[in-house]
Amino acid sequence: MRESTIMKIHYGTALGAVVLVAVHVLFRITMMNYEDSLAYENVLANYKYIPYAIMLELILVLLSVHGFNGLRVILLELKQGRSYEKAVSYGCIAGMIGLVAYGSRTILMASMGMT
Amino acid sequence: MSELSQTMAEEESSTEVSSSKTITLRIAKFNPEHDSTQQFADFKLPYERWTTVLDAILDVKKHLDHSVAVRYSCRQASCGSCGMKINGRPRLACFTKISELNSDVVTVEPMNNYPIVRDLVVNLERMFTTHKKMQPYVIREDTEITAPTKEFKQTPEELEEYIQFANCIKCGLCNSACPTMATDSSFLGPQALGQAYRYVADNRDKGKSSRLKIIDESHGIWRCHFAGSCSQVCPKGVDPAMGIQLLRGYLLGFRK
Amino acid sequence: MKRNENKEGIKGMANPGRYGIERVAYWLMRITGLGLLAYLIGHVYETSNIVNGKTAWDNFLSLTQTTEGHVVLTLVIGMCVFHTANGIRVMLGHGGFGVGKPARPDYPYTPASQNNMHKLCIYASIGLAALAMMYGMSVLFGE
Repeated sequence: MRESTIMKIHYGTALGAVVLVAVHVLFRITMMNYEDSLAYENVLANYKYIPYAIMLELILVLLSVHGFNGLRVILLELKQGRSYEKAVSYGCIAGMIGLVAYGSRTILMASMGMT
Repeated sequence: MSELSQTMAEEESSTEVSSSKTITLRIAKFNPEHDSTQQFADFKLPYERWTTVLDAILDVKKHLDHSVAVRYSCRQASCGSCGMKINGRPRLACFTKISELNSDVVTVEPMNNYPIVRDLVVNLERMFTTHKKMQPYVIREDTEITAPTKEFKQTPEELEEYIQFANCIKCGLCNSACPTMATDSSFLGPQALGQAYRYVADNRDKGKSSRLKIIDESHGIWRCHFAGSCSQVCPKGVDPAMGIQLLRGYLLGFRK
Repeated sequence: MKRNENKEGIKGMANPGRYGIERVAYWLMRITGLGLLAYLIGHVYETSNIVNGKTAWDNFLSLTQTTEGHVVLTLVIGMCVFHTANGIRVMLGHGGFGVGKPARPDYPYTPASQNNMHKLCIYASIGLAALAMMYGMSVLFGE
């Protein structure tokens, strides 16, 4: 993939995440007080509300892609070398997939009531 | 009458010429062939309001230590030879007056991010290689030479689009100040990217797509994070940071 | 890294002192980015306790509902707001917006790309982050 395509994805995920994270945070502080919003029953109810669960999944994907690409950029600039750069790129992709998979498992199980 | 003019001349010379001010010039000494660490040699020198750092270094070289290695040529910020780190910031030695540094100690070191040849002299070879990689010439299939019946018109407005970037003297100060270049030895650098913009923005040039392809790589234009240090140290007002962002506009589709 | 390469290294890259507020913003952007990625990973792990039942959730939540936990969360709020606001500034700059127009430079060569609008945006990003942290503290510690 060309670097310009990767960076367009980087900018796109950033803009998408800004909007969705703002909604996510507002959910915590506007629906009820902050402490109550973190109560087990309320969080579980959030997960079971499908549009919210989809939004959480989107946030997870957008932030994982953006975050791990940012990490890749920083690591590529710190040290150079063919094998190091390959390891960084594949390592970041693996980290991104791992985080998305782990977070998706939580969202899926919680929204399906498998708790 | 003649006494009066003589007195006036003496007064003028006492304010303009006489120097009671001195500085300590600290020159970094390092020869990679037999030194393991950089050492500093200190010299106490008188200076005038107009004395440049290069003047002071040459004074040391002439009278106090002939072994100091320094590269210079035009002494008027045109050749780009005397770039060095002066009091921690990359500057041209011939373009920096001691009086404007407001310091009793002036420390001169070789520019960062370039291999040291000796003392204050660095190897600029990589910069010239990346500069050449940008195809720093007008590319077109028809030329004025092979088809002399034709001329390439350019309006003053079209000239303004790139003429600022044509001021680059390849002194390398921008690459020395760049935070990415501090760790990334494969990065093209602000000098080369600024020059890529210079030719891409030239309406006579037809090599835009090939240049954009060259800079769109993992250690290319995207490794610039717009810290702007390159533009802050440029002694010719080139503003490579602006050129790089405008160039990136082409890759993002905001500019045609 | 060989000595005669004379690279500034991480120390030079991270040193925000010599080149003004733009370099400080560059450095803060990196630090906040790394901090937010670390928080994201921690947050995904923290919330995964929901699948282990109410007791596990409450136990884990009690670990974060401490003074230290609230301080960390306040820092995360600040990092998030700065990274967002400064990120939008940088993104616009990357597209060539607000970086000035090429023109023949006049001595003393003030670079147009390092204009007051950018400086103002950086200070505003820091100010917004500080305000958000204060609001966050009032919510977290105010109860």
